[in-house]
Amino acid sequence: MSTPTRYRVIALYKQLSYLGREYPAGADYFHKKLKGAFMKNKDLTDPTEIQKRIDLGDYVCKEIEAMYHINKYRAMKKRYYEDAEVENIQAKLESTNWATGSSSGATSSSAHRK
Amino acid sequence: MSNLRILVATKRVVDYAVKIRVNAAGSAVETANVKHSMNPFDEIGTEQAIQIKEALAKAKTGTAEVIVVSCGPAKSQETLRTALAMGADRAIHVESDVELQPLAVAKLLKAVVEKEKPDMVILGKQAIDDDSNQTGQMLAGLLSWPQATFASKVELGDKSMTVTREVDGGVETIKTPLPAILTTDLRLNVPRYASLPNIMKAKKKPLEKIVASSLGVDIKPRLETLKIAEPAKRQGGKLVESVDDLVDKLKNEAKVL
Repeated sequence: MSTPTRYRVIALYKQLSYLGREYPAGADYFHKKLKGAFMKNKDLTDPTEIQKRIDLGDYVCKEIEAMYHINKYRAMKKRYYEDAEVENIQAKLESTNWATGSSSGATSSSAHRK
Repeated sequence: MSNLRILVATKRVVDYAVKIRVNAAGSAVETANVKHSMNPFDEIGTEQAIQIKEALAKAKTGTAEVIVVSCGPAKSQETLRTALAMGADRAIHVESDVELQPLAVAKLLKAVVEKEKPDMVILGKQAIDDDSNQTGQMLAGLLSWPQATFASKVELGDKSMTVTREVDGGVETIKTPLPAILTTDLRLNVPRYASLPNIMKAKKKPLEKIVASSLGVDIKPRLETLKIAEPAKRQGGKLVESVDDLVDKLKNEAKVL
């Protein structure tokens, strides 16, 4: 592997490692997978093949960033932007005492269904 | 050729994904050894300032300087470093170890504004730890500046900006002269993730520290927290035997169908 490519691969590894710290399934799990993926390809010599792997790594970086953003966006949307119909139903479900079969929620329902 | 100076206010808050707990004394949310990060709405604000800067540079119609400021204890500098890594030009840390409520922050920011003379100040609409939604509005009042809050779209004009605001029941578009205050809404933009090379570069960008008391501003808290409690626990669920059973329960017991 030529030096510029070597540098790019190491930079890619570091970037993925940095992104993986916040991985939902666990930083350790991510690091294991990351190391495994790079070790599997460590003996490649064909520049085209190496470039393909680097491109895949860049793609994975973008996918992880997108996932982090979507998770955060969805959480913010859920917390700060109410869907009155959904909230009404959720409130009713949570206040129902299933054992006796009575609904203790006194809110009147927005009974229309779209 | 316009040369804009944009001041972005940011806050270091408990990370949005953390499951917060009330502390042992029942006086506040537990923040020790808990992950913190930049307030999501402030990330959107920082991103907006950088996008304005990049748009001006690309169109070659002007330049912009993005200054990011944060008021709080020493660890607030982590938030500032994140903003510098995203592309801000320099940072100001207004250091204070005492609790800063929105009114105090607004007064401190006013002092910074009078020093830096920006063309616009961008803030997040609210912080996810106190959900006050006050600082931007209070700052506008203290400065007697126009404000465009809950912005979901911003277009800059000649010494003015046209902002689309998210309001109950829809959107509203307003135009204000500059200088002005802008607070960000969720849909304004998608904040970029700082890459490692940019994080390294950010270490060399200027970060100025100002001690809050040196600004000659009354930052005493006005609000006292009387009580903090976790929400009531959910009642137990029940396993159902079949789809018919589920429909029956939703219809007759929960009354949602």
